[in-house]
Amino acid sequence: MSIATHLPALQVVVPLLAAPLTVLLRRPGLAFVTAVAASWLALAISVALALQVAGSGAINYAIGSWPAPLGIEYRVDALSSLMLVLVTGIASVVLPYARGSIEREVPAAQHYLFYTMFLLCITGLLGIAITGDAFNIFVFLEISSLSSYVLIALGRDKRALVAAYQYLIMGTIGATFIVIAIGMLYLMTGTLNLADMGRRLATVNGTRPVLAALAFLTVGVSLKLALFPLHQWLPNAYAYAPSAVSAFLAATATKVAVYVLLRFYFEVFGQSQVFGRLPMEQMMLVLALAGIFVASTIAIFQTDLKRLFAYSSISQIGYIVLGVSYASVTGLTATIVHLFNHGVTKGAVFLLLGIVVASTGGATLARVQGLGRIMPWTSAGIVLAGLSLIGVPGTAGFVTKWYLILAALEQGQWWLVFLIVASSLLSLAYVWRFVETAYFREPRTDIVPAAVPLSMALPTALLLAAVVVFGLDTTYTVDPAMRAAQMLIGGPR
Amino acid sequence: MTGPEGLPGVIGHFSYFVTVFLLVAGLFIVIARGNLIKKLIGLGIFQTSVYLLYVAPGKLIGGTAPIISESYKVYSNPLPHVLILTAIVVGVATLALGLALVVRIREAYGTIEEDEILLQEASPASGAD
Repeated sequence: MSIATHLPALQVVVPLLAAPLTVLLRRPGLAFVTAVAASWLALAISVALALQVAGSGAINYAIGSWPAPLGIEYRVDALSSLMLVLVTGIASVVLPYARGSIEREVPAAQHYLFYTMFLLCITGLLGIAITGDAFNIFVFLEISSLSSYVLIALGRDKRALVAAYQYLIMGTIGATFIVIAIGMLYLMTGTLNLADMGRRLATVNGTRPVLAALAFLTVGVSLKLALFPLHQWLPNAYAYAPSAVSAFLAATATKVAVYVLLRFYFEVFGQSQVFGRLPMEQMMLVLALAGIFVASTIAIFQTDLKRLFAYSSISQIGYIVLGVSYASVTGLTATIVHLFNHGVTKGAVFLLLGIVVASTGGATLARVQGLGRIMPWTSAGIVLAGLSLIGVPGTAGFVTKWYLILAALEQGQWWLVFLIVASSLLSLAYVWRFVETAYFREPRTDIVPAAVPLSMALPTALLLAAVVVFGLDTTYTVDPAMRAAQMLIGGPR
Repeated sequence: MTGPEGLPGVIGHFSYFVTVFLLVAGLFIVIARGNLIKKLIGLGIFQTSVYLLYVAPGKLIGGTAPIISESYKVYSNPLPHVLILTAIVVGVATLALGLALVVRIREAYGTIEEDEILLQEASPASGAD
């Protein structure tokens, strides 16, 4: 019973302690087992927390028994529990896959460090999702960012180094903007506890420092979540990172940044402040639409599949932000569901591309000619995940599009419905690029695909199954997302 | 416009002006310079300016550390200092990682100038298939 009350702390502590353990163990096999055990344990904890939250409401946990707002508080509510499950779930699937994948992509001497960095990245992302303290968010953000720079730099292509460097520069600017915003909010309110900050801000709302903080926060978080036009770091980072890292980061890192945005917009500043005083709705709407259309169009012209789907990620982030711009329960439900659905879908895509890389040596369009005949299962998987990106009924992506369209109709914006459908055609175009190359070209004779271990195939199949299951049964995605959206729209606590 | 203690604006808000100057100068270096090391130096200045943003308002002239005693009435706020201690550690780690990456980039490309690296990446001989 005593353990159960400390689950919120253990959620972060388990991967945090497992990280140095992998360094001490050193042997890649032992490090691998530790990392997988830690991520599965974290998944179990997050599921237990989610059930607890669904059953009996939000959990507040005072670190070291110092009560909030003076002490640091961990808070698990409908939204954060969903993020915890997403991060730990994706990590639990990607880590078993990673072993076979990094054997082909990362020098053996660095394998144990790969697991260390991976665990630290999980720690950071979980910390952001669970903490109720503004400065804590920054610290965890930097833990996850620094470890993800290292993970990206582990890619075997030398361009991975430059990609990691660029991400480091952009990411640090973004994180520093977030600290500036938190600093200004602290100066105005004298508290760092998010809930307390939200309450106290009500008295100083609309003052210039608060508006400046809002601006800094928006730009900083937008850099982190790769909102168009602040997305430049993303394509190279995803394209040249080791496949397992691309899959994990694409599925979780940008999503957690969106979570930070939601948390600050709706619980700290409050909806009336963000959307009432400034034309944020229109700004986000324009940036989201520009992101969707520009990134999808660029994706069509890519020759490397990893880059193609990286640009697709930027356009999908456009849909996520589009949902935020409605500032309605339906819009936010679409956002939160898409965090989850796109995380699962894009995770599956990059795991599949990892299999392609592992067996054919690269994922350029020139290399995957006739892949449909050489590797029928993998190709079919990419097509299935592609259908989810387009938003075909029966896949997870459809659920989001459905709620986005509902939200647009709620506000009577017919033209937006038209744009959402039109943007799906663009997604169809870039997915078709793969279909055309893989199914309508003769296979290359000079490439003999190597066999792929079951440890890579199984996690991928699991995520693909999730894409279909979450497309058909929305009980476990839409219902919690709607609860979270209602909580956010409820305003500052 | 008057600052705290009734000083005229510029002097009263002296620390803020310094902060903003360093902030903009650092960001400018990051954007304008092509040398990867100089970019990191700019990034360092940019981050350091934020330390000032936190620490300066926490200090009250004549204030002491928060000691509960009859003889002390005016306290400085220690919390920003503690926060910035954490931020400094993060900054050092970022700088170290950035420099490590630059070393690796130098080994791989033979240069630390951004335009030369981009030129090498654009040329077909860079090993892309």
